[in-house]
Amino acid sequence: MAQTSNATKKIEIADLTVRYDGLEALKGISFDIYENEILGIIGPAQSGKTTLLKTINRTIEFEPSAAVSGSVKIDGTDVQSIRNVNQLRRRIGMVFPLPVGLPMSIYDNVAFAPRTAGIRKRSELDELVERCLQQAALWDEVKDRLNSLGTKLSGGQQQRLTIARALSHQPEILCLDEFSIAVDPVTTMRIEDILKELRSQITIILVTNLVQQARRLADRTAFIFESELIEIDDNDVIFSDSPAHRLTYDYVSGNFG
Amino acid sequence: MKIITNVFHQLGRWCEPVIEGIIRLCGISAIIFVFGIFFFVFREGMGFFFGGLDIVEFLTSPEWYPTSVSNKRYGVLALVAGTFSVTALAMVLAVPFGLGAAIFVSEFCGPKLKETLKIVIELLAAIPSVVWGFIGLTVMNALIIKIFKVPIGLTMLNGGIILSLMSVPIIVSIGEDALKAVPDSYREAAEALGATRWQVVYRVLLPTAKNGLLAAVLLGVGRAVGETMAVLMTTGHAVNMPLGPFDSVRTLTATIAAELGEAAVGSDHYRVLFIIGVLLFSITFIVNFVTDLVIKGIREKA
Amino acid sequence: MATDITPSSSPTEITDPSLMFTATEQSRKKQLMENIARAIFFVMTLLMILPLVLIVVYLFVKAAPVLSPEFLFTNPAKGMRAGGIWAPLLGPIYIVITSLLVSAPIGVLAAVYLNEYARASWFTRIINLAVVNLAGVPSIVHALFGVGAFVYFAKMGRSVLAASLTLAIMTLPVIIASTKEALNAVPMAFREACWNTGATRWQTIRGIVLPNSISGILTGIILQVSRAAGETAPIMFTGAVFFKAISERDVFAYGLFDRFMALSMHLYQLSTQVPGVPEALEYGTAVVLLGAVLTVNALAIVLRVYLRSRKRW
Repeated sequence: MAQTSNATKKIEIADLTVRYDGLEALKGISFDIYENEILGIIGPAQSGKTTLLKTINRTIEFEPSAAVSGSVKIDGTDVQSIRNVNQLRRRIGMVFPLPVGLPMSIYDNVAFAPRTAGIRKRSELDELVERCLQQAALWDEVKDRLNSLGTKLSGGQQQRLTIARALSHQPEILCLDEFSIAVDPVTTMRIEDILKELRSQITIILVTNLVQQARRLADRTAFIFESELIEIDDNDVIFSDSPAHRLTYDYVSGNFG
Repeated sequence: MKIITNVFHQLGRWCEPVIEGIIRLCGISAIIFVFGIFFFVFREGMGFFFGGLDIVEFLTSPEWYPTSVSNKRYGVLALVAGTFSVTALAMVLAVPFGLGAAIFVSEFCGPKLKETLKIVIELLAAIPSVVWGFIGLTVMNALIIKIFKVPIGLTMLNGGIILSLMSVPIIVSIGEDALKAVPDSYREAAEALGATRWQVVYRVLLPTAKNGLLAAVLLGVGRAVGETMAVLMTTGHAVNMPLGPFDSVRTLTATIAAELGEAAVGSDHYRVLFIIGVLLFSITFIVNFVTDLVIKGIREKA
Repeated sequence: MATDITPSSSPTEITDPSLMFTATEQSRKKQLMENIARAIFFVMTLLMILPLVLIVVYLFVKAAPVLSPEFLFTNPAKGMRAGGIWAPLLGPIYIVITSLLVSAPIGVLAAVYLNEYARASWFTRIINLAVVNLAGVPSIVHALFGVGAFVYFAKMGRSVLAASLTLAIMTLPVIIASTKEALNAVPMAFREACWNTGATRWQTIRGIVLPNSISGILTGIILQVSRAAGETAPIMFTGAVFFKAISERDVFAYGLFDRFMALSMHLYQLSTQVPGVPEALEYGTAVVLLGAVLTVNALAIVLRVYLRSRKRW
């Protein structure tokens, strides 16, 4: 691990194991995520990537059958020890594979989270909504119809709306889970540009099924396979001809998966 | 301004546990009410249940003379027989028609007709029981006297027909749900093999949906056993061991409805009516419990 | 029909293409069975519905002589053998409103608990079983409960309040069931999206779940309006009386602790307890009750169709 020794640790994951009804979805995973980096996480479907994201913001608690052991620390604090779980979730923006426009106006979609956090002032909300929609590269397309339904937007627009909503509570960490599955290539490129711009401000975890996307965007990439962390390193190592593990090379170069 | 917002925010934080507490309380209300019903109905009847009522006679004697001066008798066998005979007759009529209509609505008719029929069935289910009773008392009574040349039309047959008409909408709608729950892929697979609609129904749908259809029938039975006003008005009100469809009978429910107003509060007669209530509650409880198990069986298989 | 294709002869021998689609004896028989089955089921459906439509028409014809605004707005007179149905018409409005004021909030919140808070456990299963059982309790047992709990134990006497509370408990399980269904129709993804932004459970329910299920919830409640208005047994011994004259110009004629007249009870009395009632009066009462109930239900259906047509996702 080359560049990383002097950067601040944002998230520390130690010996994290998650079981669903006894079946292991993650087996003793440990690694750190640094502040203001984009960490790519690659691996085949069903290898535990989404579960990993859910343990970070503790939405794993909504799965009645899940049992978590090990620790996830953000800024040195174990997330399990945080009493107000909603406060924790506000610090983390989540974008899942399928875009979810809530059945309310575009404005309300973005203003939902700030309102639940107690922001009521119209001017403050206006400004926040505009900023988030700008950041998600959606503002120009919707600025004239902020009152129309979020669910009536196209898939690509809804995914950007989802990103705007994830940014609306001003998170320190943004997690994206295979965001490009349900959107067209042009929108994918636009969202990738957004992520590059956001990199300077927040920590981004990019779970992706597209190896090349991790290569394009990430600073470092982790490879998870069959619930285990195979390797995590700088991109120029992971995507070189000689990563530490043969399996990584095979996956990255498309020999399987 | 900021202070006010803050106060609201704090208030919200305080309110939320209160709101959740209220929601939880409402959530368990159903349990409270079920026990409450049992408790209060039993409480009124308890005095006689533990003091004086001969339980064996109560359950096995057909003699019901609660108001006799010299020879009071509290046997509900005739009433139980009345309830079950009317219910059985109603089911004999309602089950084939109900399931037939459910199959027709679900499998044989076009979307427009289906929508219309479902609305009609829903409206039929909404007709109040006292109106059914009135129909039995007037229309059905006259029809039975005319068609069967009998002196009185207020009989088990009348009650059974009216009850079957009342149960059919439930059987149709629940039965239709059960058929709808069979995945379309089953139908398509069978049709791809060259089966006709009828063969699909007979060989694929009925075996697959049989638990749901059974649940539909049981719900119909539950409704028929518990129905009060319609049977009170149509079955002729005579405490008889029923022998045929042209006998007048009296059901458990009708007895309570007819006699509670006349029985002196706190008397043995008054109390025994509450004990009949407990008996009815227990019967429907068992029917519902079995229905629930049947429905749960479907879910687990699916 | 596509099912007429028969594999009886091998394809290579066919020279005339039209022969491929000629029905064999067996498939013709199959088609016949199909038509018979369809006809039988159609007749069954018709037999179930047609007589009822005829009966309803018959009721209206018989009632025609008395149906007029005057019939609605005058009290029964001459020992129920003349006059109108004002007092019995007003009563159900009171008990429907009072009972739904109680059962709607409790029922909706109970459904919110069951659908949004409760996890799959034995306790939740018991609650669900209790709801099912409560729905299956015979109406006359509800009446006994009302007498035991409200009239005597809570000392409300036979009154609007006692009858309304009895009806409230009777309508509660159905409101719970219909509300649960409405809540269930809101996709899980919406809730998850809200939780992920740090909204609490209640904020999610208030912000997303309730606004998007309110139409279904309301439809379910409206259906209970007609049910509560038509019930007889639960109010017979808890507040409804044979006769009570009220002012014909005053819509606030009943108090919470007054006894009252109800249309359903009135119909029962007219047709079984009072000799010599003019036929048209009975039929008129039945038709008004039936008409009111069916109108409310039709309204609920129209509302449901309308709301379904403008779904928001």
